Amino acid sequence: MKSGKKKSGSSRARGSKGAKAQTRTALGSVARAENGARFTLAELQHIAHRVIEFSEADETEIEIDSTTDALTRFANNTIHQNVAEHTLAISVRAVVDGRTARATTNKTDEESLRRVAAAAATLARHQPENPDLLPMLGPQKYQKLARYFPATATENPMDRARAVTRVCKLAEKTKQTAAGIFSSGVHQSILANSEGLFASHQYTDAEFSVTILEDNSSGWAKASSPDIHNINPDELAERASNKAIASRKPRDLEPGHYTAILEPSAVLDIIGSLFYDFSATAVLDKRSCLNDRMGKKIFGENITLWDDVYHPLQLGAPYDGEGLPRQKILLVDRGVPKNLVYSRATAKKMKTKATGHGLPLPNEFGEAPMNLVFAGGDKSVDDMVRSTERGILVTRAWYIREVDPYEKILTGMTRDGTFLVENGCVAGGIRNFRFNQSVIEMLSNVEMLGPVVRAAGEESFEMVVPAMKVRDFHFTEVTKF
Amino acid sequence: MDIRQREISTKNGEVGTLLESESLGIGIRVIASGAWGFASTDRLTREGVQACAAQAVNIAKASALAKHADVALAGEEVYVDTWQNPFVKDPFRIPVERQIDLLLRADKEMLAVKGVTLAEGSMMFRKIDQLFVSSSGSVIHQVKMQSGAGIVATSFAKSEIQKRSYPNSFGGQHSLQGYELIESFDLVGNARRIGEEAVALHSAAQCPEGTGTIILGGSQLGLQIHESVGHPIELDRVLGQEANFAGMSFLTVDKLRKLKYGSDIVNVVADARLEHGPGLGTFAYDDEGVPAQCTPIITNGLFTGYLSNRETAAAIGETRSSGTMRTENWNRLPIIRMTNISLNPGTWKYDDLIADTDDAILMETNRSWSIDDRRYHFQFSTEIGWEIKGGKKGRMIKNPSYSGITTEFWNSCDAICSREHWTLWGTPNCGKGQPMQTMGTGHGASPSRFRNIKVGVAFAK
Repeated sequence: MKSGKKKSGSSRARGSKGAKAQTRTALGSVARAENGARFTLAELQHIAHRVIEFSEADETEIEIDSTTDALTRFANNTIHQNVAEHTLAISVRAVVDGRTARATTNKTDEESLRRVAAAAATLARHQPENPDLLPMLGPQKYQKLARYFPATATENPMDRARAVTRVCKLAEKTKQTAAGIFSSGVHQSILANSEGLFASHQYTDAEFSVTILEDNSSGWAKASSPDIHNINPDELAERASNKAIASRKPRDLEPGHYTAILEPSAVLDIIGSLFYDFSATAVLDKRSCLNDRMGKKIFGENITLWDDVYHPLQLGAPYDGEGLPRQKILLVDRGVPKNLVYSRATAKKMKTKATGHGLPLPNEFGEAPMNLVFAGGDKSVDDMVRSTERGILVTRAWYIREVDPYEKILTGMTRDGTFLVENGCVAGGIRNFRFNQSVIEMLSNVEMLGPVVRAAGEESFEMVVPAMKVRDFHFTEVTKF
Repeated sequence: MDIRQREISTKNGEVGTLLESESLGIGIRVIASGAWGFASTDRLTREGVQACAAQAVNIAKASALAKHADVALAGEEVYVDTWQNPFVKDPFRIPVERQIDLLLRADKEMLAVKGVTLAEGSMMFRKIDQLFVSSSGSVIHQVKMQSGAGIVATSFAKSEIQKRSYPNSFGGQHSLQGYELIESFDLVGNARRIGEEAVALHSAAQCPEGTGTIILGGSQLGLQIHESVGHPIELDRVLGQEANFAGMSFLTVDKLRKLKYGSDIVNVVADARLEHGPGLGTFAYDDEGVPAQCTPIITNGLFTGYLSNRETAAAIGETRSSGTMRTENWNRLPIIRMTNISLNPGTWKYDDLIADTDDAILMETNRSWSIDDRRYHFQFSTEIGWEIKGGKKGRMIKNPSYSGITTEFWNSCDAICSREHWTLWGTPNCGKGQPMQTMGTGHGASPSRFRNIKVGVAFAK
């Protein structure tokens, strides 16, 4: 399980030369970014200023995202896909006569910049006036967040291929089959407007995910971090391999209500569905499961939850889609939903203060907490297993979809390592279950919590969550493997 | 590829999203040292493209570190061609205020129904202009125009959220057509009905739990085809290439031309040709330069074909790719994707099917879907259901759901409605691959009947 702390002793080979991209700016000057990124901050700022200069709108906002990403993909113990991309999105929001719209391009020549500015203004004109639209923000102050790591930005395909080759050889040695990905990237964003606001954020990310397969079993492990030094492919592959071994010859077990021990990835992907329910707009629209439930104790006493972009295990920019600084918000306090998050417009409608969670305008969703952090506990997964007479240990959950939006019933499958726990021990692998489980009930039935980690799954964006031991988890049907 | 897109959404009488976007770039896929590499860029200067090609070669050389054998491809002819899907009205030439007005008029109709707490509408148009050039000599220019729209009425009451969508859920209906598609929907004419149905669902009977007969409406059956036929027949999944993310498939190669996938009346094709219809899986050539084809997938119930590319076709001894390599955009590697995976029409008139059914639940319009990573066990729920008793459509049922095992389900099919009830549905949001790609797929289906199906498990206590 990834702890989020920097791991030492990694045997990964690592390059240090760096990918210095030769780039051409919008208006012709050639520059070279020194940080593995494609553009310098000054170049992005220059593009933004030119667009604002070209715009004839009453107010103009420009967001630029530049991404350099690479991903090495392996299966059947060989690399079968290996890709890289450089992308740029120049997104312009224009306000004309109380109306707003957005246009986006990836072209940086002067004509295209003029055209995208004009397109946003033209779109804005051709719609009814928006009574909720607020003036653009002026300059803001932001907390610095160090989420850029040079080693991640300069990772190269040979580094990734060497790590993947080691994992594939490890799998071959144990007569197993490995599949997965190893990716790294560097991202730059700026947000500026005609009222003097300027915000920028640069971050890196790296991810390693591995599935180890045997004839009738499989295991999985995954980690992500802005710092590639925190990712140890060999250790993750070994963990997945051990899960595949431990779940060999899965037995059939009758579906029903069981105590479930959910590893952090499983918790993440199930709980992840809750995030939009804390949007004030979702409550106004009456599509949140928190309608009529704010201030009432609907979860267990041991459930406390924040949105906190500043948490050391979180990612993200310190500002929202309009450039408002993000605040740390207590969402659930000891089982009671206490606060929602608000964009500027929603806050005005609901006569409260914006929290810095607005999505880029125009949109119909308002705002969302994107940096959920649970309060954890001190029990390890081993502690949870030892304390369980009969239960199910779940490595990960898969294909999770909402069955009932108000009771928050979710369906999904277990995958890549599902085990029967008997008399305090892992008693072997079982065939995968389908579950239909209310998240509200689940969070009322949590008996133990582990320490929080930055968990990585496939159904939700990353969050800081603990492992959980949950009583009466409803597994409704079983599949054939 | 040069992609232009327009997105409009409305909510409760106001405009939500209003966006136009364009994206131009190049993706270069190479084989070097016997292995694959891919790089992409939007820097389209000579030096930008050269650097991109060099990066693709360097990546391929890195891939070769873990190589077991050189990449081998099934043969394919060289093509020089140009193609554009037919459409009547260019949606980008329709004034945006007219498009907004249509959505707002539908919105008003939905909100006129007492009890509707949220009215939403959306439109999406995409023009994909792409040039495929290969070192073997093919030069293929294709232009695809896609359109789609939908409306949703939601009602919150009695601690329950119910909704109805038209013409389909999750963004509506999409196809390879112009604005004439949107005009054919009559969004305004259907808005009040779905609003009334959303409100009425609160008072409807709960879907019972048990085993019985179901009749699936066309759009729900389209998604059933997508999940329980379309994905398992992807040969990259079968061969383990998607094992880490999307998963694998129960349709191992030993089952080809041996497995009884469905009952004798079940015939499914993968058809990317225009003559199949203007689906989201319609094109002239795939993104590997292979012409559009019709592949029999299930023939009189027998499993007969996969979706393949040149590499996977060669891997299982087939002489030719079935032409299903598709990419979301210029910065994504083409991978095997569904084209139009369609259940061929049967012989039943819809009214005759209802009249022939003693006891069943008719389920319409998808609400949720989930299936395991080998595509055996699925569970679907729909927005609305109707009791069928003694050959007649009866009371409304809320929260309908059904579940099962793929081959058992398709073998229980005993009636498929005829061509006049058949629609080529579009699924615009199919996710696959790492990095994730979203692709549009087509699914022709008509209402069909299935026996001995487990229903109601999703809400079981």
